[in-house]
Amino acid sequence: MSSSAAVKQAKVPGRRIPEWATGVLFVSPWLIGLLLFMALPIGLSFYYSLSDYTVLEPPIFVGTANYERLASDPVFWKVMRNTILYAAISIPVGTILALIIAALLNTNVKGLTFFRAAVFLPTLVPLVAAAMVWMWLFNGELGLINTALGFIGITGPNWLGDAAWVMPALIIMSLWSVGQAVVIYLAALQDVPTSLYEAADLDGMGVVRKFLNVTVPMISPVILFNVIMAIIAAWQVFAVPYIMLGDGVERAGYFYTMYLYDQAFRFLNMGAASAMAWVQLVIILALTGLTFIISKRAVHYRA
Amino acid sequence: MATVEAKNPIAKTALYAALIGISLVFALPLLWMVSTSLKPEAQTLTTPPRWLPDPVTDLPKNAIDNYVGRTTEDGEIVARGVLNDPVIDFPLYLRNTLIVAFLNVTGMVISSAVIAYGFARVKWRGRGVMFALVLATMMIPFPVLMAPLYVIFREFGWIGTFKPLWAPAWFGGAFQIVLLRQFYLTIPKELDEAARIDGCSHVGVFLRIILPLSKPALAVVALFQFIFVWNDFLGPLIFLQHRDQFTLALGLQLYQSQAGNVPWNLLMAASTLILLPVLILFVLTQRTFVEGIATQGLKE
Repeated sequence: MSSSAAVKQAKVPGRRIPEWATGVLFVSPWLIGLLLFMALPIGLSFYYSLSDYTVLEPPIFVGTANYERLASDPVFWKVMRNTILYAAISIPVGTILALIIAALLNTNVKGLTFFRAAVFLPTLVPLVAAAMVWMWLFNGELGLINTALGFIGITGPNWLGDAAWVMPALIIMSLWSVGQAVVIYLAALQDVPTSLYEAADLDGMGVVRKFLNVTVPMISPVILFNVIMAIIAAWQVFAVPYIMLGDGVERAGYFYTMYLYDQAFRFLNMGAASAMAWVQLVIILALTGLTFIISKRAVHYRA
Repeated sequence: MATVEAKNPIAKTALYAALIGISLVFALPLLWMVSTSLKPEAQTLTTPPRWLPDPVTDLPKNAIDNYVGRTTEDGEIVARGVLNDPVIDFPLYLRNTLIVAFLNVTGMVISSAVIAYGFARVKWRGRGVMFALVLATMMIPFPVLMAPLYVIFREFGWIGTFKPLWAPAWFGGAFQIVLLRQFYLTIPKELDEAARIDGCSHVGVFLRIILPLSKPALAVVALFQFIFVWNDFLGPLIFLQHRDQFTLALGLQLYQSQAGNVPWNLLMAASTLILLPVLILFVLTQRTFVEGIATQGLKE
């Protein structure tokens, strides 16, 4: 067998498919999937969003009527408000909590594997099971949380039965699944060069200043990635509030995706559902773009 | 590994106290779930709450009653448990979930492995643009697509079958493609170049060199995808219609939606059962898990 340049250039007989065609062939499943399960639905949903469509009968073009109806629909604004409120509180609080736990783990502690597992495990609990467990924990009369509050003399609220306490309950529950972010931040922290901390020590920085001035800037790209993913995830919140609350309790736990689902599959109003989908898509793209622009100055990319 | 050291003994004690406290808080809901699942119904409602059944020696009996249930020889139910529930057919939902998971995971691993090769090892015009498109699709959430997808699958005659839950997986997934491509790029190019010069085709390089070397990355993809399918709620909720096709996640919800009178101990036993396989997988593959998650977040 020869491996000279001449043989390489002469090309091996029998290999007739050109390189570009080979590449396209390899990625062709993805291309077909992209067209069939991504491009086609997005295109269709744009058309449906401009139509009256109940699935059972062909769509009828109605222009922007669906969007106008949404704009004057109080339920739409309610789910919008709930979703934004949830994201605006759970994402910053969750990020800070995850960073703190990751920093505590990024020490020379023994039993790192155990602590990390304890924090990470909740993220693996099927959402249906998690919803059940937390309904039980949040139970107004017999729930573990209110019993614990009772020990320190506080009468706990009827969490999931009181519109004022539904959102705090859901946000508390969301903090239970910061484990994924903790694992990601921990890996990022372990990549920060020790020399930077040594330099900071020479400058006489304390633990907190080192964290804020060295650690956070060094892992800022990872934080940015996580925050963007969390924003996208917040617009998809569905299973937990759907199981726990539905559109009950004065719609205090009624989220954007839940209303979209109800429009499509409960009211069979594909027009409204598609309009909501497009609004959601535009919001997510805008928020992601905005996060990038804002963080352009703040985020430090290592060369 | 650049870890920070806590040298001061007081700081060290405080650190361990904080970590133990945090771990307990995170573990508590799950411990309470298991604890409730091992109590008879009457004891789930006691104040103050008890962590163990009374008497403790009843624990094995409670476990059998709540999880397996007890049925007499002529089929009469003495104790209603998760596995012998006449209304909510847990074993059937388990079977459905495993069928969907098998078809979905197999498809996702095979297709993403092939597609990633096209992005990592074959040079073609437009590859960069296409790969950017793969990354962009990660930002499109499923809820945006679900209504039109329902219409499309309805045209295919797929509604009320398992197909919508696994067929799309055979066309690859963005996260999986990105993860595998990153992994392929760490494999020395000299290996496949040598093989190519020896007359090996791209298919040959893929099958004989790249695939065997990528087993760890393929395992990560399979593991994550299995967990995703196992936990998925929205997909089955939209595309399945008959109760005898339900997956576990959907079936578990029946306990809650059916009536308010399902006892908490049964609910918690069912929740424990659905968590169990995931828990076992996690314990067996903790390192793979942690590394997989970490690399997912670290691609900059």
